[in-house]
Amino acid sequence: MERTSKGTRGRRLAAATFAALAALPAVSHAALEWNLQTPVTEIARQQFELHTFIFWICMVIFVGVFGVMFYSLFRHRKSIGHQAEQFHENTVVEVVWTVIPFLILLFMAYPATKTILAMKDTSAPDLTIKVTGYQWKWGYDYLQDGFGYYSSLATPLAQIEGRAPKGENYLLEVDNPMVVPVGAKVRVLITAGDVLHAWWVPAFGVKQDAIPGFVRDSWFRAEKVGTYRGQCAELCGKEHGFMPVVVEVKSTEDYAKWAAEQKQKVAAAAAAPSGQAAGPAAMQAALR
Amino acid sequence: MSSIPHDHAAGGHEHEHAHYPGGIMRWITTTNHKDIGTMYLWFSFTMFLVGGVMALTIRAELFQPGLQVVHPEFFNQLTSLHGLIMVFGAIMPAAVGFANWMIPMLIGAPDMAFARMNNWSFWLLPPAGIMLVGSLFVPGGAVSAGWTLYPPLTIQNGMGMDLAIFAIHIMGASSIMGSINIITTILNLRAPGMTLMKMPLFCWTWLITAYLLIAVMPVLAGAVTMLLTDRHFGTSFFNAAGGGDPVLFQHIFWFFGHPEVYIIIMPAFGIISEIIPVYSRKPLFGYASMVYAVAGIAILSFIVWAHHMFTVGMPTAGLLFYMYATMLIAVPTGVKVFNWLATMWRGAITFETPMLFALGFLFLFTLGGFTGLVLAIMPVDIQIHDTYYVVAHFHYVMVAGSLFAFFGGVYHWIPKWTGTMYSEKLGRIHFWLSLVFFNVAFFPQHFLGLAGMPRRIPDYATQFTDWNMVSSIGAFGFGISQFVFLWAVIKCIRGDGAKAPAKPWEGATTLEWTLPSPAPYHTFETPPVVK
Repeated sequence: MERTSKGTRGRRLAAATFAALAALPAVSHAALEWNLQTPVTEIARQQFELHTFIFWICMVIFVGVFGVMFYSLFRHRKSIGHQAEQFHENTVVEVVWTVIPFLILLFMAYPATKTILAMKDTSAPDLTIKVTGYQWKWGYDYLQDGFGYYSSLATPLAQIEGRAPKGENYLLEVDNPMVVPVGAKVRVLITAGDVLHAWWVPAFGVKQDAIPGFVRDSWFRAEKVGTYRGQCAELCGKEHGFMPVVVEVKSTEDYAKWAAEQKQKVAAAAAAPSGQAAGPAAMQAALR
Repeated sequence: MSSIPHDHAAGGHEHEHAHYPGGIMRWITTTNHKDIGTMYLWFSFTMFLVGGVMALTIRAELFQPGLQVVHPEFFNQLTSLHGLIMVFGAIMPAAVGFANWMIPMLIGAPDMAFARMNNWSFWLLPPAGIMLVGSLFVPGGAVSAGWTLYPPLTIQNGMGMDLAIFAIHIMGASSIMGSINIITTILNLRAPGMTLMKMPLFCWTWLITAYLLIAVMPVLAGAVTMLLTDRHFGTSFFNAAGGGDPVLFQHIFWFFGHPEVYIIIMPAFGIISEIIPVYSRKPLFGYASMVYAVAGIAILSFIVWAHHMFTVGMPTAGLLFYMYATMLIAVPTGVKVFNWLATMWRGAITFETPMLFALGFLFLFTLGGFTGLVLAIMPVDIQIHDTYYVVAHFHYVMVAGSLFAFFGGVYHWIPKWTGTMYSEKLGRIHFWLSLVFFNVAFFPQHFLGLAGMPRRIPDYATQFTDWNMVSSIGAFGFGISQFVFLWAVIKCIRGDGAKAPAKPWEGATTLEWTLPSPAPYHTFETPPVVK
């Protein structure tokens, strides 16, 4: 009797929990995310495929190993009268389960090594952009074209504090995104002005720490026009969560037009009576 | 070797060992390994609750996007202190608590080798814990640069950071003393006939852990001291403006940090290796290879540290070396898992709470091991480094790994400690609640990390909302479930339960079960002879 009532209560609790969990997606803004973002560079695609490859190897081993465990738990229970055997050593078995995992690892290391070599090849870029991390914004300097600007969070405070509904790109929108041409090999030189930051665009497969006093480099070649969003990935203080990275990939013509405009602005600022020279400060003022 | 001067000068030997001061003075002055073990475990559980409250505050803030509960600067203090408190205040002292309680009993010794130092190494911990928690209340608040304390951000922190540095110094001293004690005890106080290769595996894992501690705690002390002088005495070890290198700190920190990971998990391996044979009624499979695997993991742990730093930008050769070396760790870890499975194979398995926790450990720790392998693959790590994937990974190995093993260890040995059987019903409830809520809390974090949610952020983009909600629900469930554990333990201490026989587990073979329950105040007054 007591058992039944307890069972019902348990079931009701389980049902309530399930209902609560099932209701979750209803309050969501987007579909559930399960996997790495869709890659738009060769490197990101290789990373994606490498992850999928290793995931399935691990899944197979996991199912195999725990299949054995659950079989044993089921068949070798005392409660069904199984008698314990007393063996406790077997050198052949030990050697086998040392060597086989080693071979599987070699199988994983080979494609990973190829991708690493490709990732580290920053030679012969079409365009070089210096990225500087600051508390709490990014600076982008187009070294070949002589202009640069800051890129900071554009999400209004009201949305963060819940006084306004959150926009579509909440926390992933900036005033001045980085702009690059599609199909070009872009080399990014990454450094920081104060503390550590990390410049990360998941769709490009680029994540590189920005280290004050040191310049590191990475590269990407975006294959599709569009806007790609990432975030600072190294704790950098109280607004670490509020310095997104946004990269706009434009067609070659659109990019050329955009770059010409930027250069014009710099020139205008230099020519203006108040402008001292085309120093960074004047540049910033011009771009604002 | 184990020749303790145990002259049985007949009646001259007075059996009044159990006299000690009453009340609080008993605990302050005690040199008894059981009292000290008990204090370590209670200190650990207290810090576990404190760190847990911080974790739940974090999860409350992350329940939905936007800032609701705490300010970002306080959020960063919570994540930093949660990490420091759980690693140095909860997990490590719990492992030392088990070592204190069990090593003398498992090797047939009367007590730890250095009884007074044992007292001192415990009593260093509460001041350190108070400094860490108290740093929340000083001007500028606690350290907010993460438990990894990366400069230059730590140079910006207020005096809370100095308190954390001193707390780390003190806890490090405590760990080193504890380790010296454990090594000396194991090497010198074993009962006649107990050769090293006959020791219970828990003693082996702790012996190796103790060497790791002695090797790396001074390294951490050095790193934080350099931070201290950078902050106050004008040095520039890590300050680029003065010619220093911020990345140098990361190298030193992780040279400590990676062995630290194994310091956290290896005593847990030891406990699991004690539990599984008992409830499978079958000797541990591959004892020697288990010892070699632990030693292998310990040695490898010194040459893999830079896999925590794949994104700082290393030369290609460095990336390849650290990737290969890290992947190698899968081999000895795999050997351990296979040996545990082979131990169960064709045994006569029963499912008491300790065994349930051991099985939970095996299943979830292995899962955490697989995500570790994924993280070791450098190109994949580039995508998931510093995301929630990493958070999920290390909670699988530290919570479902170490913590579950410790829970299993408590249920396994509490009949010996208190003389009272725990409530099997409460134990099972605790296990199943912990298992379910743990996975609800941490499994979705894999998806969050893959989808691109960085760790250590107080607010997130809206596409991460659903999994964060699920994760927060799980975290609160997990936190509340731990009170079942507390209740089960208190019941045992109050003697509310069946009286425990000397050997409550049918398959138990180790020395502690030859003692009465509860174990006498002084463990083995005359050493047992091991054949």
